Amino acid sequence: MMQALKSPRLGGLSALSCVLIILPFTLSNSFQLDVAIQVGIAAIVVVGLNLLVGFAGQISLGHAGFMGMGAYMSAILSGTYGWSPLLALIFAAICVGGLAFLIGGPILRLKGHYLSMATLGLGIIIAIVINTESWLTGGPDGLVVEPLSLFGWALSPFDEYHLLGISLSGTQVWYILIASLLVFAVWLALNIIDSPTGRALRAVHGSEIAAQVVGVNTAHYKVKVFVISAVFASVMGSLSAHYTGFITPNIAGFHHSIELITMVVLGGMASTYGVILGAVILVLLPQVLADLQEFEMLAFGLILMVTMIFMPKGLLPTLLNLLNKPKQKTTSEEAA
Amino acid sequence: MKTTKYTLALTLTLAATGVSLTPVQAAETLRIGAFVSATGPASFLGDPELKTLELYIKEINAQGGVLGQQVELVHYDDGGSAGKARTYVNRLIGADKVDMIIGGSTTGTTMAAVPLVEQAQVPFISMAGAIVITDPVKKWVFKTPQTDRMAATKVLQDMKARGMTKIGLISGTGGFGRSGHKHTLEVAKEMGIEIVADETYGPQDTDMTAQLTKIKSTPGVQAVFNFGFGQGPAIVTKNYAQLAIDLPLYQSHGVASDKYIELAGDAAEGVRLPASPLLVADTLPETDPQKPVVTAYKAKFEAAYNMPVSTFGAYAYDALMLAVDALERAGSTDKAKVRDALEQTQNYVGVTGVYNLSAQDHMGLDVSSFRLLEVSQGTWKLVE
Amino acid sequence: MLAELLQYLFTGVTLGATYALVALGFTLIYNASHVINFAQGEFLMIGGMSTFFLLEAGLPLPIAILLSVLLAGALGIALQKFAIAPAKNADVVTLIIITIGASIFLRGLAQLVWDKEIHAVPAFSGDTPLVIGGATLLPQNLWVLGISVIVVLALVYFFTRTLTGKAILATSMNADAAKLVGIKTQFILMLAFALSAILGAVAGVVVAPITFTAYDIGIMLGLKGFVAAAIGGLGNGVGAIVGGLILGVTETLAAGYISSDYKDAVPFVIILLILFFLPNGLFGSRSTERV
Repeated sequence: MMQALKSPRLGGLSALSCVLIILPFTLSNSFQLDVAIQVGIAAIVVVGLNLLVGFAGQISLGHAGFMGMGAYMSAILSGTYGWSPLLALIFAAICVGGLAFLIGGPILRLKGHYLSMATLGLGIIIAIVINTESWLTGGPDGLVVEPLSLFGWALSPFDEYHLLGISLSGTQVWYILIASLLVFAVWLALNIIDSPTGRALRAVHGSEIAAQVVGVNTAHYKVKVFVISAVFASVMGSLSAHYTGFITPNIAGFHHSIELITMVVLGGMASTYGVILGAVILVLLPQVLADLQEFEMLAFGLILMVTMIFMPKGLLPTLLNLLNKPKQKTTSEEAA
Repeated sequence: MKTTKYTLALTLTLAATGVSLTPVQAAETLRIGAFVSATGPASFLGDPELKTLELYIKEINAQGGVLGQQVELVHYDDGGSAGKARTYVNRLIGADKVDMIIGGSTTGTTMAAVPLVEQAQVPFISMAGAIVITDPVKKWVFKTPQTDRMAATKVLQDMKARGMTKIGLISGTGGFGRSGHKHTLEVAKEMGIEIVADETYGPQDTDMTAQLTKIKSTPGVQAVFNFGFGQGPAIVTKNYAQLAIDLPLYQSHGVASDKYIELAGDAAEGVRLPASPLLVADTLPETDPQKPVVTAYKAKFEAAYNMPVSTFGAYAYDALMLAVDALERAGSTDKAKVRDALEQTQNYVGVTGVYNLSAQDHMGLDVSSFRLLEVSQGTWKLVE
Repeated sequence: MLAELLQYLFTGVTLGATYALVALGFTLIYNASHVINFAQGEFLMIGGMSTFFLLEAGLPLPIAILLSVLLAGALGIALQKFAIAPAKNADVVTLIIITIGASIFLRGLAQLVWDKEIHAVPAFSGDTPLVIGGATLLPQNLWVLGISVIVVLALVYFFTRTLTGKAILATSMNADAAKLVGIKTQFILMLAFALSAILGAVAGVVVAPITFTAYDIGIMLGLKGFVAAAIGGLGNGVGAIVGGLILGVTETLAAGYISSDYKDAVPFVIILLILFFLPNGLFGSRSTERV
C-alpha cells in the first residue's frame, strides 16, 4: 500500500484529489469558485496538450483552434439545431479528432519552427472562419450557449440542486464535474505515458531518427497523440462554452493558443502535474496583477521572461529538483 | 513522500493566491464596479471610458460623494476579451460586492456579463452599441450609447436626402464593424438603398487601397460608407484620397473624435458622420439644452488629460451620471430601488443625448440624438 | 481592369516590402542563434513610436529617426544579453516563450513611457499621390521600396564583404568551430540582435506615415513577418524577401479578387500548402538530423 502511494500515478492522483476536495472549503465566494473552475478547464486542456508538446516534443501554436471548434460546434448544434448537448459534444469531438487526423499526417512531418508555423496557421484559419461566418457563429459579438443538459436535466451555474440531501449551487455542481474530469484526465494521461504509445513518444522526442531505426512507426504515434490532444481541447471547449453560457471568437484566437502553450512550458514540460500548476498560475496571475493597473502588462511580461530564463525546465520540475537535491547528495555519499 | 510534497506545493500556491484574491472591505463607501477594454483591440473605446470614470469619481468625491458616502471605483481591464470580462464581472459581484456596475466597452464583453448581472440582480449600465443589449429588454441591463442601427439610419437618411440609392460599404471585421455592417444592410433594405459593393478589412490592417479600388471600379456607386473604429477608418480616408475617389465618404460614430482629423489630415475634408454634439460643443446654439453639459465635459476632460475628447468617453460620463442620478433619486443603495429609479429616468440631459428611459426602453435615446457632422477646414461642422 | 491590377500590385509590393524587412529581421537572428524572436514586431513599434515622440519634442526628422533606430538597437542588445544569452541551453519552445514574454514586456513599457493612442508620423516628402497607368502611388510608398532595396544591398555587402559579416555567417554554421578560430561568438550574437532590431526599427519608421503607429502595432506585423520568413525558408535572406513579397501581393490580390473577409486567411492557406510539399519552405536548406 505504502509502496503504491509512492508511485507518481497513485500518489500524485491521490494528492491531486485531496487538494481538489479541500479547495472548495477554503474559497470564500462564488467568484473564487468560478476561477477554480476555469483553472480546471484550462488544466485539462494543457494536460492533453502536454502529451503532444512535452512528451512527443511536437510544438502546437494552434490548439485554441481545436478548442474553439469544439465550443462553437457544441453551441451551434445544441442552440440553433436543438441537439442534445452531450450528443453535440461527442459529435464535435469526433469532427475535431477527424480533422486532426487528416491534417496531422502532413503537418507532423514538419520539424521545429515549421511545425509551429503550420499549427499557428491552422489555428488562425479556424479563428478567421469563426469570426467571419457571423450568420452561423454570431461573429465577434459572440454567441449565447444553452446550459449543459442530459435527458432534460439542465445544469446551469445559476440554479440550485439537491444531491443526496445536500443543497448545492449550480457553480458548485460544475466544480465537482470539472474536478472529477481533471482527475480522470490526469489518470488517462499517466496511463498513456506509461503505455507502449508513451514510450514510443518519448523515443520520438529523444531522437526521431533513432526511434525510426529501431522500428518505431513515428508518424503513426505522432498523429495518434495529436488527435488525442485535439480531442481533449475540443471536449473542454464544448464544456467551457456550456459553463460560461457565452462565447466569442477569442476562444479560438492566436492569443489563446499562446496562453495554452505558455501554461505547458511555464509549469514544466513533460510533467503532468507541472502543467496543471502552469494553468493555475496563468489563470490566476491576471487576477492578482489586476490591481497593478497600467503596470499589469509590464509585470506579466517580466514574470514570464524571468521564470523561463531561470527555470527553463518549468516551475514544478525545478522546484522538485531543489527539494530532491539534498537527498541525492546523501545517497551519493552513502554510495561512496 | 511524493504525495505530501505535491500536496504541500499545490496547497501553498493556492493558499497564497487565495489570500491575495480576497478583497478588503472598506466601510461605508459606495462601490461602483467597472470593467472596460483599456488595452487590446478595443482600447480606442475603453481608454477614454476609464479616464472619464476616474476623473468624475474624483470630482464627485470632492463634492461630498453620493448619498453622503464617498464613492469607490473598482475597475478592471478586460483587454477586449469576453472571457476575461465574464471573470471580472464575477469578481465585481462575488468578491468586491459592488452596488452597481458600469462597463462593457464592446458588445461581446457586455453580453458575457448580462447573464451574471441578471442572476445577481445588480444594476448594470453598458457602454456598447449593439441592439441585442437592450432589445429584448433585460431587467437589470441598461446602456448609454445609441445603437449601431441608429448610426446607420442617420447616415442612410442623409444619403437618401441627397438622392443616392446605390452605395459602397466598407467595414472592419472587429465587433463594432461587423455589427454596423449587419445593421447597415438591414436598414438599407428597408429604405430602398442598394449596397452594390461590400468590402471588409481587419482591425490591424495597414492598407485598404485594394478594397477601395474594388469599390471604385464597381459601376453605379454614388457614395461610400465606412463602419469601423480605431486607425482603420483613418487609413481608409487616406487611401480614399490617394485613389482620388470622387464620391462622398461617410464614416460611422466610431471615429467621432478630433483624433480622426489629426490622423487623416487633409484627406478627411468633406467626410460626414453621425455623432453626439460633443465635437461641435462651441458652435452649438445657446438654446441647445445639451450645450452646458457638453462644454463642461469637453473642457474638464481635455484639461485633465491633454488629449481630445471622444464620443466613447462621453458614454462613460453619461453612464456614471445616470447611475449617480438614480442613486440619489432612490435615496439608498438598495439595488432594486436603484434599478427602478434608473428605469424612471426622464429628460436627463447628458453629453450623448437627452435620456428618457422606460420599462420598454432601457437606452432612452432616439435617432435625433445623433447630429450629422462634416469635416470642414480641419474641424467639425454641423450639417443640419 | 489593368489599372486595378496595377493598383493591387503597387499596394501588394509596398506591403510585401514591409513584411520582407520584418522577415529579414527574423532571419538574421535565426541564422545567428536559431531563435525565432517573437518580439521582432515590437522593434517596428519602437521605431515608429519613438520617432513620433521625438518629433513631438521638437527634434528634426532625420535626428529623430537616427535616435529611434539607435534606441531599438540598444534594446536588441539588451534582449540578447539579459534574456536570450542566460537561457541559451533551453528548449526551442522555452525560447519562444521568453521572446513572447519580452514582447509583452516591451509593449507594456511602451504604453507606460509613451501612451496608448494611435499616432501619425508625417510623410517624408508630402502626400501628393503619383499617378502611373491609372493607378496611384504615394511618395511614401517609394520611400518604403527604396529603403528596403538599400537595406537589402547593405546586408548583402555586409555579409559577403566584411569580416564581421562573415563571422556572423560562420557562427551560424557552426558556433563551436567559429569559437575555435577565434570569433567572439557572444559578441557576434549581440551584433545579430542589434542589427535585427535596427532593421525592424527602420521598417517601423518608414511605414509609420502609411500605417500609423501605436503601442500594439507590432503583434500583427511581427506575425506576418514570421509567416513571410517561413514561406521563404527560415534562415534564408533571399527567401525572406521573396516570402514577404508573395505574402503582400497575395493578400491584396485576395482582397481585390476573392474576398476581403478571407484575405488574412489566404497567406496561411498558402503556407500550409507550401509546407505540405516543401517542408523547409521555398528556399530552405534540406535539414539533416544528427543522431
